[in-house]
Amino acid sequence: MARIEVKSEITGTVWQLKAKPGDKVEAGDILIVIESMKMEIPVITEDGGTVKEILVKEKDPVAEGQVVAILEE
Amino acid sequence: MFNKVLVANRGAVAARVLRALNAMKIPAVAVYSEADAGAPYLEMASETYAIGPAPARESYLNQELIVDVLRKSKADGLHPGYGFLSENSAFAQKVIDAGSHFIGPSPKWIDAMGHKTRARDIAAQYGMPMSEGSAVLPDDNDAILAAARKIGFPVLVKPAGGGGGIGMLPAKDESELLGAVERSRSMASRGFGTAEVYLEKLIERPRHVEFQILGDTHGSAMHLFERDCSTQRRNQKVIEEAPGPLIPRDKAVAVADQIAGIMRSMGYDNIGTVEMLLGADGTFSFLEMNTRLQVEHGVTEEVTGVDLVRAQIRSAAGEKLADILPGKPEIKGHAIQARVYAEDPKNFFPSPGKLTVFRPPQGEGIRVDTGYAEGRDVTPHYDPMIAKVIVRGATREAAIDQLITALEAFEIQGLKNNIPAVINILRSEPFRAGRVHTGIISEVTGRKA
Repeated sequence: MARIEVKSEITGTVWQLKAKPGDKVEAGDILIVIESMKMEIPVITEDGGTVKEILVKEKDPVAEGQVVAILEE
Repeated sequence: MFNKVLVANRGAVAARVLRALNAMKIPAVAVYSEADAGAPYLEMASETYAIGPAPARESYLNQELIVDVLRKSKADGLHPGYGFLSENSAFAQKVIDAGSHFIGPSPKWIDAMGHKTRARDIAAQYGMPMSEGSAVLPDDNDAILAAARKIGFPVLVKPAGGGGGIGMLPAKDESELLGAVERSRSMASRGFGTAEVYLEKLIERPRHVEFQILGDTHGSAMHLFERDCSTQRRNQKVIEEAPGPLIPRDKAVAVADQIAGIMRSMGYDNIGTVEMLLGADGTFSFLEMNTRLQVEHGVTEEVTGVDLVRAQIRSAAGEKLADILPGKPEIKGHAIQARVYAEDPKNFFPSPGKLTVFRPPQGEGIRVDTGYAEGRDVTPHYDPMIAKVIVRGATREAAIDQLITALEAFEIQGLKNNIPAVINILRSEPFRAGRVHTGIISEVTGRKA
């Protein structure tokens, strides 16, 4: 089973979690919404699979390139 | 005049208001969050107060903390700047209740103009040019179709309680109408807690043209002409200019006079901006009113020579418009502003970081308003705007060329910024020809903005 790391493209703060472990997701789905500079930027998965882990919680700071979720294909 | 004024904001606007207060020799109080400790503009204040952690909710939006500083500092005026608490009527009332003056319009105007449909109703009542629209739509498909036919297609379905462009959907004909109403209702109920939607005539490829208003507390109000702010991405303005290109001067002045007359009838009593959409057929229709100083006020200042912030402060202190601005303002030349954002110019994503190099352009006819300096961090906590570059030239063509030169000379390292994207737009044929509209960034770049 392939392990897929989903990264945040921006530095900001976690605004909302849209997915939880066990959820089946498809390519293009929003997993997490990051708030940065008054904008809401979605973390979108490029692959489908099952959410294994969400590595952040609401209000957590995240950095550009940080892995925020793990999927299993 | 005020004995001391608290500036309840940060960044470029805090710097701008502090500069005006220094020029007026009014002692100034500044506040700062942990992220803004040591910010360059704080040096212009005679007193500074720390107001908590970086997140705006815990500092610049914390009404109790700011009112507390107001009491401690004994400031008899508070300037809210723009953003944060500038359009919060409850906060304005708290400032007044604390025995100070809110440097802005009366809370009743902030309140009235803050609600989309109520603002529309009030403006219509005073004869504001307005696009055709419906009331809130009923749950009856035949009635919805009838309402749309009465306005005429294409129509725009809009949430009644909404803002920021969320849930706004066009319907070009009857086949698209009911689906658009259903989707808009669904988005409205999720976003705004009410599924109420209504219809407006859709204005295609509109221009955003806004009128600068200044009123006093003695029943007088005037305009300082218009600004074109059509060049936008994500519903946020990027390039603003005065006067508006390709609008016949007599037409622009007639609409400005009409709006100023409406503001006088209403009794509007401080600074404000009436935002209008200008259709391809030359008709103006009311969009909304901002009851505060605008980010792009600088272009109006550059073409009229009027210091709007000083005028706003004098009006709030009870001076008469006739004393603040004797004589009729006139437009001289053409001014353009570019907003420099810390963002990826390709996808418009925010790009916070440290300004390892930050050297704004200098020279004749160039004005840069900023709250940053080299070595400062641009944090993810606030708006991505790091500077406004404003130029004034004899003609629009000269101003565009000057702005390109100024932006090319702006040295920024340490974060991504939109300067290359702005220069592309300034060089593009539609922009140079003055054929601006709210979709021009997509038209020029071929990317969704």
